[in-house]
Amino acid sequence: MKRIINIKPDHTTRFLLGALPFVVLLLVYLFASDARLALNPDDKLMPAFSDFGAAIQRMVFEPSARTGEYLFWGDTWASLQRLFLGVGVSALVGLLVGLFNGAVPLARAHLAPIVTVWSLIPPMAILPILFIIFGLGELSKVMLIALGITPFIIRDLQNKALELPAEQLIKAQTLGASSWQVIMRVVLPQIMPRLIEAVRLSLGAAWLFLIAAEAIAAQDGLGYRIFLVRRYLDMDVILPYVAWITLLAFLTDWLLRRLSLAFYPWFHSNGGGRT
Amino acid sequence: MSFIDVSNVWLRYDDAVVLERLNARVAQGEFITIVGTSGCGKTSFLRMLLGVEQPSKGDIRIDGAPLRDEPDADRGIVFQRYSVFPHLTALENLLVVRELEQAPLLGRLFGKARAAAQEEARAMLRKVGLEHAAERYPHQLSGGMQQRLAIAQALLKRPKVLLLDEPFGALDPGIRADMHELILDIWRDTRLNIFMVTHDLREGFYLGTRLWVFDKVRNDPQAPNAYGSHITYDIPVGQTEHSLYKRIDRDLTVTRQAQGL
Repeated sequence: MKRIINIKPDHTTRFLLGALPFVVLLLVYLFASDARLALNPDDKLMPAFSDFGAAIQRMVFEPSARTGEYLFWGDTWASLQRLFLGVGVSALVGLLVGLFNGAVPLARAHLAPIVTVWSLIPPMAILPILFIIFGLGELSKVMLIALGITPFIIRDLQNKALELPAEQLIKAQTLGASSWQVIMRVVLPQIMPRLIEAVRLSLGAAWLFLIAAEAIAAQDGLGYRIFLVRRYLDMDVILPYVAWITLLAFLTDWLLRRLSLAFYPWFHSNGGGRT
Repeated sequence: MSFIDVSNVWLRYDDAVVLERLNARVAQGEFITIVGTSGCGKTSFLRMLLGVEQPSKGDIRIDGAPLRDEPDADRGIVFQRYSVFPHLTALENLLVVRELEQAPLLGRLFGKARAAAQEEARAMLRKVGLEHAAERYPHQLSGGMQQRLAIAQALLKRPKVLLLDEPFGALDPGIRADMHELILDIWRDTRLNIFMVTHDLREGFYLGTRLWVFDKVRNDPQAPNAYGSHITYDIPVGQTEHSLYKRIDRDLTVTRQAQGL
């Protein structure tokens, strides 16, 4: 008998093993939901799949009776806009500051301490300040995401720039490169795939900040809707919304990974970015 | 008048003397190999020539002018590893030399200028036997091919001095022999000043025109860092006998044992 650490599952086995927990979870839910509904047909905690269907039909395919909008799509659009704006600003600022911090010791001496302190401030603790300064509109939500994940991206990119072998920077200089050229031709292109990686890692935190901000003050958005219908114990809306958010997060991550693979093939075959 | 002048150079770290009383004159076109035990300061000396480290005392002049205290286009370098850019293909790794030269702002060339630079880069690839690998990234090249590329890249810039820091240390013996061939060809063609650091005495002994051995003559067992190395042998290569090879080998072994290596 082979040692268990040497047994590698083939493609089909791996797929079946991976799918198993999902199937188990689904079955457990079905049985539990059935049992609860048999005892109390009005139970709201674990709705049947037909209830999900009805809720999805109502939210996704029918305009709201009150406003005439398709709530689900309106929420999705509002949330994605905030998320991508916040993450986009973070990525841009993170790239610029991280790049220069990593490549220029003077910039690092200047900015690294404050970025470190900034990264230690819990973003949720300053959400009230954001509401006070930027109002309850879109800006404060975008700012929460940006303030929350930018320091992480800066520090990650700064470290990644510092990890580039010194030999490469010296080599570029012996080829006559100026500081600017070293940054543009040696450091920046090698930092780009790592930026994508950092963004992928910070998306979870970005969703967290988005939903928290929407839960506290918003008129639309996925997080807003979930917290709104919680009052009526509308699990038949909450659970599909959570599944949808998960799917969106998955798709974003997948898309970023494809992007990185397409543009930076050398990065992925060098052992970087395996996740 | 000598091309490179090393006068009374010392290199000292906080509590250790690495190099002491280095004096040497090098004429244009000499190919110098430097051998020594690990930690003898041979790489430190190369780093001083490169400009990433500065002598604590004394100075080094090239062509009468003091060395700049940062790397520049006068001095080409090939390291043992990480000498080429991993995010550029073999061709782009050579192309970048001209792009850095001619495009100070963007670092990229377009149109006719790019075509001309590409032509030159391809010719250089052919010269080092890599024309079939032009579109490959460094990680798709073997160790020997990467070093060929690194040498080609350094040559394309036409430096005054070419520095090689154990460039073949990580290669198989067979490949190493090919690389010796290549570097000798290049040296005969260009008559560049070459400094090559190696830990392989045999390599140092039979490649190049002049051999330097870096070694400690004074060794205090109570304070192993009290004295630095200097050049203990400075001999022209090609007129040497096997008995000398044996003697140097023995000297280095003694130092190695004294240091407990």
